[in-house]
Amino acid sequence: MSTTTATTPTGPRPPRPAAARRASWDRRLYWVATHSLGLGLGILFLLPIVFVLLTAVMESDQAMTSSLWPEEWHLENFVRVFEEAPLHLYLFNSLTYSGLATLGIMLSAIPAAYALAKLRWRGQTLFFLLTIAAMMLPPQVVVVPLYDLWVRLGLTGSLAPLIVPYFLFDAFSIFLLRQFFLTIPKEYLEAARIDGCNQFQVVTRVVIPMAKPGIVATGMFCFLFTWNDYFGPLLFTGENRDSWTLSLALASFRGMHHVEWNLTMAATALVMAPVIVLFVFAQKSFVRGITFTGVKG
Amino acid sequence: MTATLGRAKESVAPTLEGERARRSRRRRVTVLAFMAPALLGFLIFFGYPLIATLYYSFTDYDLLNPPSWVGFDNYIRMFTSEPLVATAAWNTTWLVVVLTVTRVVFALGVASVISRLRRGVGLVRTLCYLPALAPPAAATLAFVFLFNPEFGPVNRFLRLLGIEGGLWFNDPAMSKPALTLLVMWGSGELMIIILAALLDVPQEHYEAAALDGAGPLRRFWHITLPSISPVLLFGVVNSIIFALQFFTQAVVAASVAQGAADVAGNTKTIGAPQNSTLTYPIWLYVQGFRYFNMGYAAAMAVLLFLVSFAFTAVLVRQLRKASDVQEAAR
Repeated sequence: MSTTTATTPTGPRPPRPAAARRASWDRRLYWVATHSLGLGLGILFLLPIVFVLLTAVMESDQAMTSSLWPEEWHLENFVRVFEEAPLHLYLFNSLTYSGLATLGIMLSAIPAAYALAKLRWRGQTLFFLLTIAAMMLPPQVVVVPLYDLWVRLGLTGSLAPLIVPYFLFDAFSIFLLRQFFLTIPKEYLEAARIDGCNQFQVVTRVVIPMAKPGIVATGMFCFLFTWNDYFGPLLFTGENRDSWTLSLALASFRGMHHVEWNLTMAATALVMAPVIVLFVFAQKSFVRGITFTGVKG
Repeated sequence: MTATLGRAKESVAPTLEGERARRSRRRRVTVLAFMAPALLGFLIFFGYPLIATLYYSFTDYDLLNPPSWVGFDNYIRMFTSEPLVATAAWNTTWLVVVLTVTRVVFALGVASVISRLRRGVGLVRTLCYLPALAPPAAATLAFVFLFNPEFGPVNRFLRLLGIEGGLWFNDPAMSKPALTLLVMWGSGELMIIILAALLDVPQEHYEAAALDGAGPLRRFWHITLPSISPVLLFGVVNSIIFALQFFTQAVVAASVAQGAADVAGNTKTIGAPQNSTLTYPIWLYVQGFRYFNMGYAAAMAVLLFLVSFAFTAVLVRQLRKASDVQEAAR
C-alpha cells in the first residue's frame, strides 16, 4: 500500500517521509488543474441554456442586439408565447403521445423483457438479436410501407400511428428492461415459484418490485424519446396542425407570425423545461439506465 | 430447478412424467402469452415493412394508384441520373466520418477529465449531460440563435478576440461544422457510458505501469484504451448509425436559419444553404412524402438498410460476446 500512495490520493495513508512533501504539492496543483478544467467544461456545456434563458426574458428589440444581459426582465414573455401559438394544444398532444407511449411499454415491454431474460425457450436468442437490429436500424428504413399502412387505415394526421406501436413492440425498451432483469438473482424467482406463484405473479410480485429503478429509467427514456421525437410527428401528423406536438410546432414557431427571437427562445426554454425537471428529480435512474445501454461485460 | 428435474428423469414415476409434460406445456403457453404483443408488434412494425420496402423499391408507387413493377429503374436512377441523391449521400458520408470521430473523441476527452476529479464528479457529470436531454428541435433552434452571424453570442465573443465569426448556418461551407458542434454539445449520453467504463478500469493496472515508469500518455494508450475498447466500439457504431439517420437538426437548422414559416410543409428550405444540409434521410423523406415517389424512396431505404445493417452486425456480434461473458459469470 505504501508504494501506491503516489497514485491514489484517497484512502488512509501511512505517515509520509519528508521527500513525499514535494509530491504532495504537485498533487495539489494537479487537483486544482483538473478540477478547474472539469468545472470549466461543465459551465461551457451549460452556457447555451443560460443564453436561451437570458434572451427569453429580454425585450424583442434587445434580443436583436448582441447584448447578453437583459435590461429589463420580461417574465411575461413565457405567457405571451401561448398567445402567439396554440402551445397548450401542442402541449396536450405531446403529453398524450409521451404518456400513452410510456404506458404502452409498461404493458408490452415488461413481459417480453421478462421472457427474454428469465425464461428458456426456442428462438429466444434469435428474437433478442432481432430486437437489437430493430433498435439500431434507422426509422427511415421501414417508413414507406408503414406510412402506406396508416394511410389505408385512415389514421394519418392523428397521434395513433405514433402511439399504437408502443403497446406492442418497442425494441429499445425491451432491450433495456432485459438488461435490468438479468441482474435479478434466479433464487428470488425460484423461491416465489416454490411458494406457489404462477409466472404472472412472479412478474408482478417479484420482478417488478425488484427492478423498479430499471423500470423507472426505461419509462423515463421512453418519455424523453417521444417528447423529443420530431421525425415521427412530422411524418404522421405533419398535414394536420391540430395533432402537432411541441417539438414539431417549435420548429415552425419562429416563422409563424414573424415572431421575435425573445419569444422563440422563451418557447424553446418551455419545451426544454419538462425533460430537465424530470432529470433533476431522477438523475440516478437516468445515469444507471445509460450505463446499462453501453456494453458492460 | 428444471435442470435437476431433467437429470432425475429415469427414476421418476409415470405420474410424474405426466406432470412434467403438463408443466412444460404450461411454460410454453406462458412464454407465448408474454411474447405475443412483442411478436405481433415486431411482425407488423418491422418484419412486414422491411420486406414491403424491398418490394416497393422495384415499383413505381404514388400512394394513390397501385404500385407498378419497374424492375431496377429506381436503383438505376439513383446511381446515374439524379444529382441530388449524390449530394445527399455525400453529406451523410461527411457526417458519418466527421460526426463520429469528433463525437467519440470529444466524449472520451470530457469523460477522461471527469474521471480524474475527486470531488464534484456528480455536479460536472450533470452539467455535461443536461444538453443531451434537450429536444433536438429546441437545441437546434437555440444554436441557430447562438450562431446568428449578426447578434449571436458566439460571433460576439469571437469579435472580442478579434476574429470575424462566420455565417455558420447561412454558409454552405460552415453549416455542417456548425451542426457538428451542436451534436458535440449534446453528446453527454456517450460521455456517461465512457465515464462508467473509465471508472471500471482496475487501478492496480495503472499503479503497476507507473512503477514500470510509464508516463500518463503511455498509460492512456496501453491501459485505458484497450480496457475500454468494447465501449469505444459501441460508441463508434452507435455514432455511425446516429449519423446515418441524421435528420431533425439538419431540417430544423435549415428552415429556422432561413426564417421559414412552416417546417412541416416546406421543401424550399430543406437542405439550405445550397443543399449543404441535405442528408440522405432527408432526401428520402422529400422523395417519399413530399413528392410521393414512394418506390424511389423505398429504393433509397434499401440502400440505407444495407449500410446500417453492416454496422449493426458488427455491434450485435460484439454485444453477443459481451452477453456470453455475462452468461458465463452467472
